Amino acid sequence: MKRLLNDGYDAVEELLDGYVKAHGDVVKLADNERVVVRTELSAEPKVGIIFGGGSGHEPLFLGYVGPGLADAAVIGNVNTSPDPMACYDAVTAVDQGKGCLYLYGNYQGDVLNFDMGAEMAAEDGVRVETVLVTDDVYSAKDKADRRGVAGDVIVLMAACAVANTGADLDAVKAAAEKANDNTYSMGVALSSSTLPVTGKPIFDIGADEMEVGMGIHGEPGIERKKIASADSVMDEILDIVLPDMDLKAGEEVAVLINGLGGLPLMDQYICYRRVHDVLSSKGVSIAKSMVGNYATSMDMIGMGVTLVRLDDELKGWLNGSFDTPYLKQ
Amino acid sequence: MADFDRDYFVAAFRRMAETAEINRDEWTKLDGDIGDGDHGINMSIGFREVVKQLDALPDDTDVAGLFKLVGMTLLRKVGGASGPLYGSFFMKAGAEVAGQSEVSFDDVRRMLRAGVTSIQQRGKAQLGDKTMLDSYLPGLDVLEAADAGDPGAALDAFVARMRQGSDDTIPLVAKKGRAMRLGERSVGHRDPGSQSSWQLMNCLLEEYNAR
Repeated sequence: MKRLLNDGYDAVEELLDGYVKAHGDVVKLADNERVVVRTELSAEPKVGIIFGGGSGHEPLFLGYVGPGLADAAVIGNVNTSPDPMACYDAVTAVDQGKGCLYLYGNYQGDVLNFDMGAEMAAEDGVRVETVLVTDDVYSAKDKADRRGVAGDVIVLMAACAVANTGADLDAVKAAAEKANDNTYSMGVALSSSTLPVTGKPIFDIGADEMEVGMGIHGEPGIERKKIASADSVMDEILDIVLPDMDLKAGEEVAVLINGLGGLPLMDQYICYRRVHDVLSSKGVSIAKSMVGNYATSMDMIGMGVTLVRLDDELKGWLNGSFDTPYLKQ
Repeated sequence: MADFDRDYFVAAFRRMAETAEINRDEWTKLDGDIGDGDHGINMSIGFREVVKQLDALPDDTDVAGLFKLVGMTLLRKVGGASGPLYGSFFMKAGAEVAGQSEVSFDDVRRMLRAGVTSIQQRGKAQLGDKTMLDSYLPGLDVLEAADAGDPGAALDAFVARMRQGSDDTIPLVAKKGRAMRLGERSVGHRDPGSQSSWQLMNCLLEEYNAR
């Protein structure tokens, strides 16, 4: 696959430099060059929402920093968690005296680094709580052990909606946990992404194959199969996700179809169509739908389906107001 | 007893940086098999910065300060699980000899044990979980049992045992990190952290033999 880069070792710094140059009205780099923060924090003090993870998932993390949504994004090397100093510096940059919430996908590296950042913040007397996003159904049997994929976006929207009301850290954390508890995802990859440093794919996959259970990195999925039609792949995903979340007729959901970077929007809407029709046929209504590249894996061809079980409270949170470069409503 | 002075460790760290560069794609390939394919790249990013720091090393930096600098640099630049694990390893190893102007071979053994203990505490892994501990823990046992009068032979046995420990990760089912999610599919693949660990520790042996 082809990429348009300079020296791959400079890719992350150049991405961040370009990003803040393009969106300087909304974001800037903090004193730590791996921390993207809002140019102006909320006028009313609120809980600081810090989102983060590796780079290579754009627009994930940095694209959702701005009014109404995340206050900071902490960015690591490609597919790699950020370092503890960056996690700590993000707290220093956005804390308004009400504490901060770390929101990120459940990966061991991220937990190690963010926990060290929280320990350092605690030494300054700043309280930092953490909610791990665990939406990827195929990654583990127990919900709490799962990794985080596109569900990051859902959990962020819920946490920020509550933080924007001026609620305290406990309430914001509870909202994030509730959103995470109700969010389920599963994806497929048809190709590997290409690493900027090596210029090579992470894994080999046949032209006619797909990897079922692929997340948003290069780690192998669970099963290698022949590529099938969009409808049958969606059916296969729903056959696993719907029983896992025990979704029943009469319930209401939000649907997010997430492109991994290399899949055309045409294909994504064809996937959405099938998910919509299957859910409708089962008596499940869709209160909110999102289709697009929300959490990518650079040039990977692939997609994921995220379903969120809604009640009135959660539906309200997902319909909050925000204005960031990659999420506006 | 000037075998393990500051210059020895600076030279050993430069060897580690070369090792990280030479093995970048190999470590990345191992990680691509069962992880997310970035181990070699991130270690290379980290050690490139270590070399920059060594090039500008203040004259009054002692062994403890050198280890802290290397550890902090890896912690800041590597990220992932490897950053905190290798970062803590070198920082805690250095803290063992804080304030000491000379470092003996027994001190080196204490340093490595302290470093590995910090990996255990941070990573919360056990022997047999298919991690870098599977090379470090058996290697350290051999190092500590070896004759203190012959550091070269002791380091040689240490590295050989670590390498064996890395080989022994191949049939294991991963219990930690991203590979954990693969379950049985991780069998048949070497743990990348166990490989980089013995190859980095091999630099202590190579530099000792070069003197």
